[in-house]
Amino acid sequence: MWISVIVIGVGTFLTRLSFIGFFGEREMPGWMELPLRYVAPAVLGAIVLPAIVMPNGAVELLPTINPRFLAGVIAALVAYKWRNVSLVVAVGMGSLWLLDWLL
Amino acid sequence: MRDADIRRSAFADGLRAMAPLLLAIVPFGLVLGVTAAGSVVGSGLGIASSQIIFAGAAQLVTVQLFDDHAAAVIVVVTALVVNIRHLMYSAALAPAFRDFPRRSRLLLPYLLTDQAFALSILQFEKNDDPAYRRWFFFGAGMGLWVPWQLATIAGIVVGAQIPESVGLEFAIPLVFLVLLIPVIRTRPGLAAALAGGLLAVVANGVPFHLGLVIGAVVGVGTGVALEKAGEP
Repeated sequence: MWISVIVIGVGTFLTRLSFIGFFGEREMPGWMELPLRYVAPAVLGAIVLPAIVMPNGAVELLPTINPRFLAGVIAALVAYKWRNVSLVVAVGMGSLWLLDWLL
Repeated sequence: MRDADIRRSAFADGLRAMAPLLLAIVPFGLVLGVTAAGSVVGSGLGIASSQIIFAGAAQLVTVQLFDDHAAAVIVVVTALVVNIRHLMYSAALAPAFRDFPRRSRLLLPYLLTDQAFALSILQFEKNDDPAYRRWFFFGAGMGLWVPWQLATIAGIVVGAQIPESVGLEFAIPLVFLVLLIPVIRTRPGLAAALAGGLLAVVANGVPFHLGLVIGAVVGVGTGVALEKAGEP
């Protein structure tokens, strides 16, 4: 098991180093610039949406069954206006607990 | 500003940016510690995996698979596929890292996580000074690394006392939601986020947590296609 964990650790480090290491001294090809601009929105969208609309593995938007969707929408509105991580986490968690308690 | 001042304030900015994310990270680390301690992996390797692998989802999957008596090859391949998303982060950050000294370029990627990526890519747009960027990344990275080690150890030694019904894991998407909004600046950007999210939902059942990677790839493709089609 130790050997497996070490192999995973080395492999993980290599994926993290990959492009940073390879293009450290070489020019990055010009065509890569355009797709790289969309990595952040695409990845973050892919992290956020499933966690909000399907926390239990099936898409469910009704607040009585999945309060996280409504809590997420409220948090998104707050995030759009203020962009403060602590505030949004507080509002989102607060909304979730309130909905859980109300419904 | 003097060099040392820039470094200190950049490092502090990185730590500060990471701080609110700990609300979601610490409970995850506790759960990982408890799970590892109660599995065939055990306490020693459980703690060591937080330094050797330093990637929560992959560490958890490693512990679970070993506990299910999966073959070592399966465990290694699964954990590495779970971590394949780091390729995208590395590519997106590579242009900024080009301006770093060689040693930083080779060592700092060890600290590259979902959280460090999202915070850095946003901060790098606001500040293009290589020294600032380097120390901000280092600050954000250590701001996650140290609490992650402590949380894993605490989970192993003390055990987790957080009831699941509190739903603290919901803090994770909330944090990424805040980081998502400012990176959507154009219509193609919005389309990339929506397409990435929808595909990740559709591909949710795909093994190895690959739904995230599939969503991200389709999201990037959508953004690129729309920009090429001339959307503002």
